[in-house]
Amino acid sequence: MFEQSISTLAQKLRNKDISSVELTRLFLARIAKLDPQLNSFITVSEQRALEQAAAADALLQSGKGTSLTGIPVAHKDLFCTEGTLTTCGSKMLHNFVPPYESTVTSRIQQAGAVMLGKTNMDEFAMGSSNENSFYGAVRNPWNLDMVPGGSSGGSAAAIAAGLAVTATGTDTGGSIRQPASFCGITGLKPTYGRVSRFGMIAYASSLDQGGPMAKSAEDCAHLMQAMAGFDEKDSTSADKPADDYLANLNAPLTGLKIGLPKEYFGEGLDSKVADVIMAAVKEFEKLGATVKEISLPNLQLSIPSYYVIAPSEASSNLSRFDGVRFGHRCDDPKDLLDMYTRSRAEGFGTEVQKRIMVGTYALSEGYYDAYYLKAQKIRRLIKEDFVKALEEVDVIMGPVAPTTAFGLGSKTSDPVAMYLEDIYTLSVNLAGIPAMSVPAGFADGMPVGLQVMGNYFAEAKLLNIAHQYQQHTDWHLQTPTMAKGA
Amino acid sequence: MNWEVVIGLEIHTQLSTKSKLFSGAAVGFGAEPNTQTTLVDLGMPGALPVFNKEALRMAVMFGHAINAEIGMTSVFARKNYFYPDLPKGYQTSQMDHPIVGKGYLDVMLDDGTTSRVGITRAHLEEDAGKSLHEDFQGMTGIDLNRSSTPLLEIVSEPDIRSAKEAVAYVKMIHSIVTYLGICDGNMAEGSMRCDINLSLRPKGQKEYGTRTEIKNVNSFRFIEKAIYTEIERQADILEDGGRIIQETRLYDPEKNETRSMRSKEDANDYRYFPCPDLLPVVLTQEYVDNIKATLPELPSQKAARFQSEHALSEYDANVLSSSRAMADFFENANNVVKDPKLTANWVMGELSKLLNQEQLDIENSPVNAQAFGELLVRIKDNTINGKTAKDVFQAMWDGEGSADAIIEAKGLKQVTDTGAIEAMIQTILDANAAQVEQYRAADEDKQKKMIGFFVGQVMKASQGKANPGLVNPILAKMLKG
Repeated sequence: MFEQSISTLAQKLRNKDISSVELTRLFLARIAKLDPQLNSFITVSEQRALEQAAAADALLQSGKGTSLTGIPVAHKDLFCTEGTLTTCGSKMLHNFVPPYESTVTSRIQQAGAVMLGKTNMDEFAMGSSNENSFYGAVRNPWNLDMVPGGSSGGSAAAIAAGLAVTATGTDTGGSIRQPASFCGITGLKPTYGRVSRFGMIAYASSLDQGGPMAKSAEDCAHLMQAMAGFDEKDSTSADKPADDYLANLNAPLTGLKIGLPKEYFGEGLDSKVADVIMAAVKEFEKLGATVKEISLPNLQLSIPSYYVIAPSEASSNLSRFDGVRFGHRCDDPKDLLDMYTRSRAEGFGTEVQKRIMVGTYALSEGYYDAYYLKAQKIRRLIKEDFVKALEEVDVIMGPVAPTTAFGLGSKTSDPVAMYLEDIYTLSVNLAGIPAMSVPAGFADGMPVGLQVMGNYFAEAKLLNIAHQYQQHTDWHLQTPTMAKGA
Repeated sequence: MNWEVVIGLEIHTQLSTKSKLFSGAAVGFGAEPNTQTTLVDLGMPGALPVFNKEALRMAVMFGHAINAEIGMTSVFARKNYFYPDLPKGYQTSQMDHPIVGKGYLDVMLDDGTTSRVGITRAHLEEDAGKSLHEDFQGMTGIDLNRSSTPLLEIVSEPDIRSAKEAVAYVKMIHSIVTYLGICDGNMAEGSMRCDINLSLRPKGQKEYGTRTEIKNVNSFRFIEKAIYTEIERQADILEDGGRIIQETRLYDPEKNETRSMRSKEDANDYRYFPCPDLLPVVLTQEYVDNIKATLPELPSQKAARFQSEHALSEYDANVLSSSRAMADFFENANNVVKDPKLTANWVMGELSKLLNQEQLDIENSPVNAQAFGELLVRIKDNTINGKTAKDVFQAMWDGEGSADAIIEAKGLKQVTDTGAIEAMIQTILDANAAQVEQYRAADEDKQKKMIGFFVGQVMKASQGKANPGLVNPILAKMLKG
């Protein structure tokens, strides 16, 4: 039951083959049994889940509801959920229970989905391995000694292990796509502005974007259908109607023009990962697509640009965590400055502190032009590269990450190596275009994700491409051994 | 040494929008602490700002009123610093691309001369909350009702050369924003606050001296006094061969002195950068032109019209148009009596006198413009004379009713019956036979001086009600005998 798609489960719920309460209990039991090995949940909201499931059953009884009604989902723990602890993976928010609901979780709730709980993540979404969580590292269901990727590592691991049907994630520099790749699931980072950021705790506001994660592209489309759309509470939200993400899943791919950027296949890319990607591209050719080499010449500059812009915004976004109104406050502050410095030093982990300091430095008087402004100029170049390339081709394909999941602790002492993990994903956020990670095979027993990048607001097209691929392959249907043990 | 003072002003004007600059919370003064707040004003995680378009419209109105370039693309920036009443850890303001660019105002000084003050820019920003230090047993209370209230910060060039000029400039800004209806102008409640940048230099020197900034001065009188005090302080230091320290100072009205708040060395590096939660504000020419076309009449335009339409002197026109409320009062009263000169004299005379005595704004005058006009009608049609009118006005002020009701009740109607006046005069002449003899014996020059005595007696006997226009000729005739 845990391996089934949203469409199948929705049918079963509608046919009363199973109730939402039963389905929810099944997933809660799986979490109780398997999550101690994975640590993918920070909070399991059993009571809320069962109440929502009962409400979903009542709705289904009356013949109403959507395809998500009664489906158990999980939310990354940076979406504020009213009355449910929201930690952002940080000690700073270990006691934060929001009195409000994010637009994304609210829309998913309105579609009738059942919230199982809140998933683990790198603290404040800063990280590529999920080792930067105050609540401990998450393990990869395919190999418990490996990381699940980050920062949405909890959501990815939970889906791969069958602890949730689908989950939300957020992607600032690859945080949906890279864990999706490492855990062998499907993930979509939408166009910047397509999904509301209201109630999503900000890391880097101009890059953050929420998106769906699930086993298949079709399941992602179901979640996206509920998540996407204009929100007047988010000024950067795109004021245009969302597409129907399910309508064109079955469109044929004949004549699809795929671009392969040569910079994505150069030095640093694991040859076994490269083999998997090239095999996937061949599969698309069989489906009627044509392939062409293209160039995204400024790819290398995406890392320095990102690691100036994101920390700069973060240094400001995280100023509100000052111990005054909510979150962690140090014991017995001597004075105001002592309260600020100790609350923040105690509340934030090392990586978060590092990025706040980098960002503070980059925005400082005398350095702003050399760092922040220059990074913004590079950002425009990167965007122009994509715009130009997407005039020639319909989509761009390449690897999501240079390697498969790496060992826990293997890169924690080498931050630059960790940052290089994001080389293929960062530029997409800088440009603001949508991109997916689609399971495309295995290298040494670990999953490999194919990255599919498209033009602005081409989410429906990307989902169609991924869905067609998944109709002809079964990489997305593979289940890790540990998940079968329950 | 002969010092020249150089002053630039930053005026924070609270815009009278219904809701806040970036949230839907109501704006208001005096509500229970933290009751006028939303997630945005509280700086809650995940809360996002949404720009209030009404504040934009008001800022563009102001830009037109000071002949400024309008920023067709303006950008909100974050000014980062930590303070407990700044919930997000940054203030959303505008830095490189303000909504209002370069403009100017021609300021009329007391001596009748005009001086042009350049305005560098005016930008939109959100206000911070308030820290409350009393009633918390050594701790600090935070009230975030004011957080995210819209402000228009108006920055002048260092063009001002005296305390009087500074006050005239601030009064003019006050008058403009209240005319436009974009600020209630209530300085006591903090709707307008002024930062004063001040330096001295030897007369004739081109370079500016080191300046200090006096923060948050909130009345015309304090602005003037703070400037005098700071000029004196700086001059004393410089004349003793000392050096001015660039710093922020606070004016203490009770001690009439400025005190150091923080020096430049302690100043924050605000790390301004464009706010990624808000899009640049891009205006169309049509939007800007529409606002210009619907701009209400401004003080200078009103003064010109008062001169041409009502034949008032330049001085009267300027005084009456200096505040929208006074101009409205004048025009409404004049609509009743249709005598601009009489109305102007009474508004600037008796009305202003009583308002000053009781420290009332014209909006709170106990006698409204309509009732005031009705009083003036009774002067114009000779029902009462000017002197009686002052008594009637005082009675109206004290709430005794309308002009007509008071005149009726107190029997103050002028005596215009010639027979009655003749009888009254005869009684006076009979009672003062000796003076009449003296009068008749005197030459013409002396008679002119003596007639005042008889007029006074008649007016006294008539309790002021005799029409002086009738008394004088009849008296002259009867004295001749």
